[in-house]
Amino acid sequence: MSSREKILSAIRSLTLEPKALPDIPHFSNSGDLVERFTQSISGNKGEVMTKSEFEEWFSTSGFSKVISLSDHFSKLATLSLPEDPHDLETLEVAILDGQFGVAENGAIWLEDSQLGLRALPFATEHLVIVLDRNRLEDTMHQGYDKIAAAHSGFGLFLAGPSKTADIEQSLVIGAQGAKSLRVVLI
Amino acid sequence: MTHPENAAEFLKDSQKSKWHDETLWFVRDKRDKVSKGIPEWEQLRELASGIKDNVLANLANYLEEFERNTTKNGIIVHWAADSEEHNRLVLEILQQQNCTAVVKSKSILTEECHLNPYLEKHGVEVVDTDLGERIVQFLNQPPSHIVLPAIHLKKGEISELFHEKLHTEKGNEDPAYLTQAARVHLREKFFAAKVAITGVNFGIAETGEFVVCTNEGNADMGVHLAQVHIACMGIEKILPRRKDLGVFLRLLARSATGQPITNYNSHFRSPSTGKEIHIILVDNGRTAQLAREKFRNSLKCIRCGACMNTCPIYRRSGGFSYNSTVPGPIGSILSPGLDLKKHSSLPFASTLCGSCTDVCPVKINIHEQLYEWRQEVTKTQGEFAKGLSMKLANGIFKSPLAYKISGSLMRNAVKSLPNSLIYHPLNTWGKNRNLPDPPKESFQQWYRKNRS
Repeated sequence: MSSREKILSAIRSLTLEPKALPDIPHFSNSGDLVERFTQSISGNKGEVMTKSEFEEWFSTSGFSKVISLSDHFSKLATLSLPEDPHDLETLEVAILDGQFGVAENGAIWLEDSQLGLRALPFATEHLVIVLDRNRLEDTMHQGYDKIAAAHSGFGLFLAGPSKTADIEQSLVIGAQGAKSLRVVLI
Repeated sequence: MTHPENAAEFLKDSQKSKWHDETLWFVRDKRDKVSKGIPEWEQLRELASGIKDNVLANLANYLEEFERNTTKNGIIVHWAADSEEHNRLVLEILQQQNCTAVVKSKSILTEECHLNPYLEKHGVEVVDTDLGERIVQFLNQPPSHIVLPAIHLKKGEISELFHEKLHTEKGNEDPAYLTQAARVHLREKFFAAKVAITGVNFGIAETGEFVVCTNEGNADMGVHLAQVHIACMGIEKILPRRKDLGVFLRLLARSATGQPITNYNSHFRSPSTGKEIHIILVDNGRTAQLAREKFRNSLKCIRCGACMNTCPIYRRSGGFSYNSTVPGPIGSILSPGLDLKKHSSLPFASTLCGSCTDVCPVKINIHEQLYEWRQEVTKTQGEFAKGLSMKLANGIFKSPLAYKISGSLMRNAVKSLPNSLIYHPLNTWGKNRNLPDPPKESFQQWYRKNRS
């Protein structure tokens, strides 16, 4: 007997009382979505900016290796998307469009079609996500309602920069992945 | 060694054990604060528990649905009855790829299966890429906590270790500096690895996708750069529907560290063009636990670690004192199912205060199961040394006169007992404990005076 059959038949040999799958009720919170989203991102150690704030930051930071997959900032790109993700090793900035954000925790949904390469938002030193301020959802429940039928090979709720507190619980931003997250609300 | 013996070892460094206690309580406190911001928190716990009840009652069907959908999505599914088979399957995939160096993100299942020593024995270098896990791996230690693997170490120790292993400046204990050194070291490994191993937080039957959550982004750094992704998943990690993730992702990070969500929550549905994803579905004692009615719902656990952070015993005895892959209260009800003899002291490493049950996001009745395991241990091991004192107490409680006399004797005795007797090395009770001030009178005397 294969292990598959062994496991399944071991489970099926048990008399398990039936338990109904609960419905998930509609949960919602009050409060301005932009305000709550902004607070959440800053709690996750990211930063929400306006278009002009972002442009000012970008123009003074002198980056030379930039990939932009966002139509809003396509002119800022200095590199095109490589074929091999290993070529992202020294990338300084990636600019991507997010599909929508979740106000309760700052999570932003991205799929293969926004990422180009799945490694991109992790391997880059700094990450910028452009998000339509009218595309904010209340909680994760509304978020999953939105992507219920979506069918991407890879999808990601990203909520902040790479961070760790593994050394004496001291929070350090920039563990293995991106050292910063800037969300540009347009 | 038993839990009390190991705990005694941990308590020898009283300053460090005090720090450990306070740090974990701080994490527990953060969890309280963030959960109170969610008005429907208790409803979410109820839902999560109900969804997991349904999963456990229909596990075989859900596993088949998951297999069907993952296969349709182009993911290769394997089944492992036990840890040996799991390890063998991983090695076979590595050998097909001629891979001798692998990066691995946090996976408690691979710890449970002792995958690292197995692969190393077969000539494969394994690099744990979670910072805390890399630290304990350098020290040849297992993680002491499932979410905070290096919580038993002070930054001075990590600084010394990194000086030796990563050539950081001697004496530089700055966490930002040390993390940066690890970043450089680990990114080199990510960019060189052909195969990456991860655990799985949730597997969705309906869509055939699985979700991996990290804060460091290390799981994603590994798998998106590698040619092959091996995901190791316990069979109890199934959720029926994609929308169930809404409930569980709201609970997981808030319960674990008091954050509203982990910064990276990756949903893997099919491999990138030209790459491979393998899932290994592992039993390793889970169907046996499912068969134990009293202990069945321990399989609801989502490995958040909240029960450890709150447990007065865990905080004061450290993760290693449990000598089990999953320590703390949840480990003390999971591990006896794997090896009752080895883990027989664990159900007693609890005050049965019930705090673990109160914070558990999937409402596992942990303290009741600890009590139940005690009955199982006593059945198999017979009378304990405590038997004599229990018999004596039984006699005293049966006779009202004996109770009255012994009460008054004790009140005087506690007052006049010399410290040398209470804090005598032979009296284990006196270790790290102080006697309370005895009341001047019995409750009966107080009642007569004040209420009659």
